[in-house]
Amino acid sequence: MLDFIQQLVSGIALGCVYGLIALGFVLIYKATEVVNFAQGDLMMLGGFFVFTFIGLMGLDYWLGFLFAVCGMAVFGMATERILVRPILGYPQFSIVMATIGLGYFLRSIAGMIWGTDDLRIETPFSAGVLKIGDLVLAHDKLSVIVATVILCSVLYAFFNYTRMGTAMRATSENMLAAYYMGIPVKRVVSLIWAISAAVAACAGVLLAPITFIHSNVGLVLGLKAFPAAVLGGFGSIPGALVGGLIIGIIESLAGFYLPQGWKDIAPYIVLLVVLVVRPHGLFGPSMRKKV
Amino acid sequence: MRFVFKTDYNQDIRILKHSGYWWSYGALLAVLVAAPFLLGSYLQSQLVFVFIYAIVGVALMILTGFTGQASLGHAAFLAIGAYTAGFLQQLGVPFIVYFPVAAVLTGLVGALVGFPALRLQGIYLVIATIAFAFIVEEVLARWESVTHGNEGMRVRTLDLVGMPVPRDSAAFYFLCLLVLVGVVVLALNLLRSPTGRAFVAIRDSETAGKSMGIDLAAYKVKSFAISAAITGMAGVLFAHKMTFISPEMFTLLLSIEFIMVIIIGGAFGVHGAILGAIFMVMVDPFLTALKDDVPVLAANVASSFGMAQDAATHLQEKLSKIGSAAGLKGAIYGLIIMMFILFEPYGLYGRWLKVKLFFQLFPLYKRATFKRQKTYVKSERNR
Repeated sequence: MLDFIQQLVSGIALGCVYGLIALGFVLIYKATEVVNFAQGDLMMLGGFFVFTFIGLMGLDYWLGFLFAVCGMAVFGMATERILVRPILGYPQFSIVMATIGLGYFLRSIAGMIWGTDDLRIETPFSAGVLKIGDLVLAHDKLSVIVATVILCSVLYAFFNYTRMGTAMRATSENMLAAYYMGIPVKRVVSLIWAISAAVAACAGVLLAPITFIHSNVGLVLGLKAFPAAVLGGFGSIPGALVGGLIIGIIESLAGFYLPQGWKDIAPYIVLLVVLVVRPHGLFGPSMRKKV
Repeated sequence: MRFVFKTDYNQDIRILKHSGYWWSYGALLAVLVAAPFLLGSYLQSQLVFVFIYAIVGVALMILTGFTGQASLGHAAFLAIGAYTAGFLQQLGVPFIVYFPVAAVLTGLVGALVGFPALRLQGIYLVIATIAFAFIVEEVLARWESVTHGNEGMRVRTLDLVGMPVPRDSAAFYFLCLLVLVGVVVLALNLLRSPTGRAFVAIRDSETAGKSMGIDLAAYKVKSFAISAAITGMAGVLFAHKMTFISPEMFTLLLSIEFIMVIIIGGAFGVHGAILGAIFMVMVDPFLTALKDDVPVLAANVASSFGMAQDAATHLQEKLSKIGSAAGLKGAIYGLIIMMFILFEPYGLYGRWLKVKLFFQLFPLYKRATFKRQKTYVKSERNR
């Protein structure tokens, strides 16, 4: 029983990692109905930023964290301006391809600048564990869980209760109508890319002690976080968290109880089953076709 | 400019519109038939890869370009074709049997993938095909009695009714060419048939297609099955060309390469698949050649513009260092994809059509002829 609970807890921690990255996917989709396949790579870049600030320039952890998040927000805006805005309004798949291209580009550029070794930084969460009875949870994982929950609730509130959040939802419904209503659509889109890149940077910094900083980390985690976002229903913030948790827990339990090899595909099998039953994910809006 | 005056429907759907087509495609075919006798073994081998990529490109064109169902799982179909060939060959089944069997089996798997795809759209379909590809990859790695797992599998020399066809021979080249021509003719004929027009209708508007009496479910499954079966054929040729197959050859990155084939070629015509395949296969040797030549060239140019000799040598060293950096290929791939999507969304075939029209209409060509209609983003929820 203890094994089960321990696996469950580590699954939850893993799930929050996925949820945190999935959050970035969901934000961009929610505001603009664009799927950003380079989300994992933005996270990777955030990790490298924080390594530059803390590991190379020797800044304080929190200051480096702040700089990395701000830097990534600017980077996200620039990406939106250069890559996304010219093709906004064309078939969705072309943006998917463009972001896949961006992912290739960022991975190899990061590998060229920072090298291909695993990098690591000193963080306040690197050492230390939390013990509840016989349960053990490392501080770095705890920090991810806490951050995911906080970010999810803050962003959920932002989308549902602020003027800007409402504007973003309107933009995703119909850009032209939103523009007629006086919503600065271009600014909304660029803001959401900034927020999403900043969330990716948070994920990159918090994951640095767990997965280390490496140019391929974004691809690996992104490919797990993406099913999480889809499972939860693309475009739903609580969905990202729940989807991430489901994927994480399944992966963790499958790795413990099932023969080798199931760990990697069990999340995808569950995903396929869910998609067959609910084509728009668990929390996705039920869509009805109109002519 | 030639004006084809059409008087009946059969003339309208003719594949070769007028006698000029006979000449140009006949000449192309003649060049391709003569190629192995003229080219070195390296270029011949590259051409075989072009053919294999082009077959997959045509398959993907039918599914993505004409039916509008995106797939990032075609590497898995290729793998199923390749492994079926490898396994059946070990059992002593002849090529003329396992080639169609591989195609049929892959087609059946494709139809199976098509079923969940019936209810999925856009991004949900993309992720479902990715999930499928991951599962296939893992199954190939674990089903050791058939696939030999991660150790990989040797594929023996192709044996065509008693005649061995080694991977580097001209005969193998002609076999691939034959399959490609067959697949292209099949695709063109399919696309002018009611089935093909139903595919296009599904791509343009599912609702409108449905109200015209098109059975969406049946046609989507058909499209998946046909596309997968063609990819399975390419898989058999791929296995024989590589002579060794292992699960890590059929990853997501390969699927992305296949999608790049049709994006770069232009996802609206069979020509696009072939141009894209030429581009994707040739970009690698081209970059390798550039890597060696550009630094020397740049240094020469710099010194001829009056740069000091040691500074020019320094520049040459710098450039060759950048050129041999480990990840450069990925960066260039990424740039190519982004550039094509931003600046040439119709791909190479689109560019070809533009150039052709420019000369046909000279001097009356208008840029706006090919301007894409930009739509405002509307929610998919209401589509």
